[in-house]
Amino acid sequence: MLIQILLVIAVVALLVMLARSTADARHQAITRLAIGLFFVAALGTILWPHALTRVAQLVGVGRGTDLLLYGLVILFIAQVARSHRRSNELQRKITVLARQLALSEARHNGGQVAADRQPRDR
Amino acid sequence: MPTTAHEDTWVVIPTFNEATVVADVVATVRTHFPHVVVVDDGSRDGSAEAAASAGAEVVVHPINLGQGAALQTGLAYALGRGAAYVVTFDADGQHRIEDAVSMVDRAKGEGLAIVFGSRFLDGRTRPGWLKSVVLRTAVWVTNKSTGMSLTDAHNGLRVIRSDAARQIHLEQDRMAHASEIVLQLHRTRLPWAEHPVHIHYTEYSRGKGQSLWNSVNILVDLLIH
Repeated sequence: MLIQILLVIAVVALLVMLARSTADARHQAITRLAIGLFFVAALGTILWPHALTRVAQLVGVGRGTDLLLYGLVILFIAQVARSHRRSNELQRKITVLARQLALSEARHNGGQVAADRQPRDR
Repeated sequence: MPTTAHEDTWVVIPTFNEATVVADVVATVRTHFPHVVVVDDGSRDGSAEAAASAGAEVVVHPINLGQGAALQTGLAYALGRGAAYVVTFDADGQHRIEDAVSMVDRAKGEGLAIVFGSRFLDGRTRPGWLKSVVLRTAVWVTNKSTGMSLTDAHNGLRVIRSDAARQIHLEQDRMAHASEIVLQLHRTRLPWAEHPVHIHYTEYSRGKGQSLWNSVNILVDLLIH
C-alpha cells in the first residue's frame, strides 16, 4: 500500500536527517520549515476534518484518525532520537568540563587528594 | 622500592570504587615504575585516598564519567607531566607488572609507538568459554571496524608512546572506548605490536569483568554514537 511506502520513506528520511549534525543552519531551517508545515497541516485538519480522511484514503488508509496516529508514531520516534542525540552531546560537554576541573584541581594539589575533599554522596 | 629505570614512563590506572584493591595494585606497580597516576572516576569508597596513600598521584573526577573518560583524563595528566611512555593498567589487579615492564622494554628496544597486551597470543590465560566467546566477538567487531588484525581487543594493558598518546581523543565514555582507542591508534600509522600477557582472573576481577550484557552495551555504543 502507498501508505507503507510513504511511512518507510519518512522514517528513513528522519533517520538520515537526525544522523547528521544538528549544528548547521540548513538543518535548523529544515526543522523550522517542518514545524511550520506541521502547524499548517494541523490547522487544516481542524478546520476541514473530512479533508484528512480524504487524504488518508488517497494513500490507502481507511480513516483520517489512523493517518494521524501513524504520523504521531513517526514524530515520536524522531523526538526520541533527537533527545538521545542531545543528551549525548551534553554528556560529551560534561565530560570535558569535569576533566578540566579534575586536572586543574590535581595540578593545584600536586597530584594529592585535597584535604577538604567532599566524598560524593550520590 | 621505585627504581629510576622508568623515569620517563607514567602508569595510568583508571579506578571506580576499587578501594579494596587499588592500593595494592599501586604499590606493586611502583616497585617498577615511580610515576603512577590513578584517575578516580567519582568513587564513593575512598579509592582516591587509598591510591594516594600507596604513593600514586591522584586525579579525581567530580562525577562518574566512565572508564573511557578516566583513561583520557589519565593520558592528559601523564602527558602534562612530561611522560614519554604511558602504560594503561587496570585497577582490579588482573594485570601483571612483569608484563608491563617487558612491554615498555620492547617498545623502547624495537622503536614501537604502541604495544597492545594480548591474552590470546599464547595459552597461559584461560577464560571460561562464555567469556572467551564475548572477548572474541569484541575482537572481531574491533578488527572489522578498525581494519586491524589484533588477537585481543579489550585488554586494558597497553604501552603508548607520547606521540601516539597525543593523538588519542576518546569520546566513548563507557566501555566502547577499548575499540575506539584501537581505531585512533591505528590512524596514527605509527609502528605497533601485540605482546603476550597473562591475566589473573581473580574472584574480584570476575565479579567486575565484562559480562555478556556488557558486550551488548559495547556493541550498541559502537554502532550508535
